[in-house]
Amino acid sequence: MAKIHVTTTINGEPVEFLCEPQQTMLDVLRDELRLTGSKEGCATGDCGACSVTVGDRLVCSCLMLGAEAEGQEIETIEGMADGDTLHPLQQKFLEEAALQCGICTPGVLIAAKALLAKNPDPSESEVRYWLAGNLCRCTGYDKIIRAVMDCAADMRGA
Amino acid sequence: MSDIESATESAIGKSPPRLEAAEKAAGTAIYSGDMELPGMLHAALLTSPYSHARILSYDVSAALALPGVKAVVTAEDISGGYIGLVCKDEKALAHGKVRYIGEPVAAVAARDEATARLAARLIEVEYEELPAATTVEQAMAEGAPVLHEDFADYTKIYQAPENEGNLLARAEAVMGRGVDGFDEADVIVEGTYEVGAQYHAYMEPVSVLAAFGPDGRVTVWSSTQSIFRTQANIHEGLGIPMGKIRCVAPRIGGGFGAKAEASGQLVTVMLAKKAGMPVRLVLTRDEDMTSMRARHPGTLRVKTGAKADGTLVAREMEVWLDAGAYADDSPAVMNLVLFYARGSYSIPHVRALGHAVYTNKLRLGAFRGFGNPQASFAAESQLDEIAEKLGIDPIELRIKNAIKAGEQWLGGQRITSCALVESLEKVRDASDWTRRREAAPGRKRGLGVAAMTHTSAFLSSGAIVRLQGDGSIILNVGAVDIGQGSDTALSQMCAAALGLDIEQVSFATPDTDSAPYNYGTNASRVTYTVGQAVHRAAMQVRAQLLEHAAAMLECSEGQLELRPGGRIGVDVEPPRNAEVSFADIAGRSLWAVGGPITGSGSYIPNDPPDPEHTKMTGFLGLDALSVLTFGAQVVEVEVDEVTGAVEVIEAWCAHDVGRAINPGAVESQIHGGFVQGQGYALCEEMLWEDGRLVNPSFMDYKFPGTLDTPDKIHAIILETPEKSHPFHVKGVGEPPLVGAAPAINNALSAATGLRLKQIPLTPERVLRGLLEKG
Repeated sequence: MAKIHVTTTINGEPVEFLCEPQQTMLDVLRDELRLTGSKEGCATGDCGACSVTVGDRLVCSCLMLGAEAEGQEIETIEGMADGDTLHPLQQKFLEEAALQCGICTPGVLIAAKALLAKNPDPSESEVRYWLAGNLCRCTGYDKIIRAVMDCAADMRGA
Repeated sequence: MSDIESATESAIGKSPPRLEAAEKAAGTAIYSGDMELPGMLHAALLTSPYSHARILSYDVSAALALPGVKAVVTAEDISGGYIGLVCKDEKALAHGKVRYIGEPVAAVAARDEATARLAARLIEVEYEELPAATTVEQAMAEGAPVLHEDFADYTKIYQAPENEGNLLARAEAVMGRGVDGFDEADVIVEGTYEVGAQYHAYMEPVSVLAAFGPDGRVTVWSSTQSIFRTQANIHEGLGIPMGKIRCVAPRIGGGFGAKAEASGQLVTVMLAKKAGMPVRLVLTRDEDMTSMRARHPGTLRVKTGAKADGTLVAREMEVWLDAGAYADDSPAVMNLVLFYARGSYSIPHVRALGHAVYTNKLRLGAFRGFGNPQASFAAESQLDEIAEKLGIDPIELRIKNAIKAGEQWLGGQRITSCALVESLEKVRDASDWTRRREAAPGRKRGLGVAAMTHTSAFLSSGAIVRLQGDGSIILNVGAVDIGQGSDTALSQMCAAALGLDIEQVSFATPDTDSAPYNYGTNASRVTYTVGQAVHRAAMQVRAQLLEHAAAMLECSEGQLELRPGGRIGVDVEPPRNAEVSFADIAGRSLWAVGGPITGSGSYIPNDPPDPEHTKMTGFLGLDALSVLTFGAQVVEVEVDEVTGAVEVIEAWCAHDVGRAINPGAVESQIHGGFVQGQGYALCEEMLWEDGRLVNPSFMDYKFPGTLDTPDKIHAIILETPEKSHPFHVKGVGEPPLVGAAPAINNALSAATGLRLKQIPLTPERVLRGLLEKG
């Protein structure tokens, strides 16, 4: 079957790629574009390790087709830091030890950033609901929730 | 050694960001499945559709004819022998027979993953289906189908039972008067407990990249907990000399025990060799769940006897573990269930009897806790039944019987340090244990407690510490950080021994070509065991540094002091402003006198059991186990009487770590371990129907998410110095998981009066129990 030509924007850069009609956005990111920060934990949309934003929507890239990226603005974990300067959420995750093995971390950070864009002052309950689609097997979530709350407070103060 | 003490303060007891935190947060960390080599092929597996069948023939012609397919391998391509840590009964691919649904039978390497998967489906395997035994009951029944006809011929490192059937291992330990000790009891409680199969659910499914070099050596990057066990398994399973196998661990996305022994490495190496090109295998979640490992399900009959005043006098435990189709770590896990059968108490008379049985399903293996979660769920639940019967507070009962430092554990090893009573007191006070909790109508609240003990010194480790020309240090231990933070903690210890800041120590990527041997990341052993080797190696470097400094500063070594940041100065009265840096010393060693400064340390605990204390048969050597760590947990639950759902409201977890090298990482282990234990207690269970796993996805196998975990998990770190260790540490990787299930079960009982003996405590089981209780 013929490959599909897609023109899109990823992390602020115009990008073109060819993909199979059935190829997921996650596979395009990892295999075609070599952006391996997004992880495949399940391929069924249950774990959130492949989370990216498409416009202002948070999606599991394993549930999105590569062809659906046409004309969209996509942000992955690779676009979160500004050069060597980490995003405040990334920095807070370092300082508060909110990551362990690191597989869920990119998805959690993308999801948390999307939350703070919509709601700069979330309650703990709101953070927990928002991150309910991001599974982590290492941390027990406690430090993740704290880091997001603390970062939100810092960003409001800034 | 005042300088060591002051230097120690600089790097230890602090929580700097873990060494690899920035790359993980930036998404640039490289895991095996992220790696790519020029010309790399993709692998796919063909797995068994049968629980038990004889393989009659293979036809791989259609697969090979598919454009893009470069190699197909089956058992006919295996050049080596059997593998297995304690019983060698498994090969790189199913050979002769398949023994569980999902067992890899053949594999393909092709130019892309889709082609490889398509080709795998084109392989024709002719089977003769055999009767299967998918449960312990079926496997032990008269005339049951035998999984391993050659069992007697397998190489084993334990005293195996002689049987024509499926009994893989049987062990027994007797202390004091054994079951005769029940004649001292005023009260006896007996019950049978059932535990489910828990899946590790590390977030990174197994991935492997293998490539042969022009020199004929193979390099294997894989998600492993031990580069040296990976190397040994490839050697034994494929007949490749160890020197020709280089195993490397890039970043690892969790393991929890399942990645300790072989996974997809052998078949990937076979494909890379046959195709003559690099090959990468990345399992899907479904494949990982159906072909890797899980925690042993089993049945535990437990009997406990106590005097009227609450003094525990006798314990009996009879255990049946389902081992699955291959031995893997099962005999060892079963031994460790028995090791923990007595619990953390000074019970004088004990009999513990264990069995591990082959069945036609996924192999069960090592998983955080290694037998302890099963033993502790049963024994700690039963302790509360005793407390209730005697009218004694459960924490009081535990404190009254708590084992102490200097006493002997089951097996006879002496306890070096023990903060069990302190742990229990801490969680009692922190949780406000006796305060009654109100709940909304239709819901009930209650608190439950559990205590636990676990090992932390196990098998051998080495360390190499090298001084660089600029005065910095490279630490090379070959120990794999699977996410728990050992790279950082070991670097902190190395820095402390040399008075350096952690930034001055770099951690070498675990690589069998350069690292000293290290058994692996398991048994909560790395901080204690590898830490010993790191200290020895660092002290050798320190001695050489001082020798050079004395010559350079023209004084005796006794007049020298190690100053923070990599300097050595003269400490005399009146003060003399003279010091040399590590860089100065490195320069002298490299260009003038002495040669490169390198330190090497090796360590293995050796603490033999005492046959006079405990009579043991059928065990693996327990000599390698030593240094026990203690803790206690209290949880508060709320039970919905309409749905049967059990919600954990708050948890208090007190764990003695001897000394916290990195308190942040210790808290993380406590939080993560507790939550994994909560999943074991409440919702996680792999379910098989006729040998087929019915929930091989995260859609159907649920483990706790952000909405399931308590808002507050209080990590209470106790520091009772462990004098056998230069930095006074103990491990904490596993104990936080161990207490969760019994504490939650005891809290359920405190809340509702319902006492269940089977985990997970699903809403269905709880609701049924509540309705039956009325």
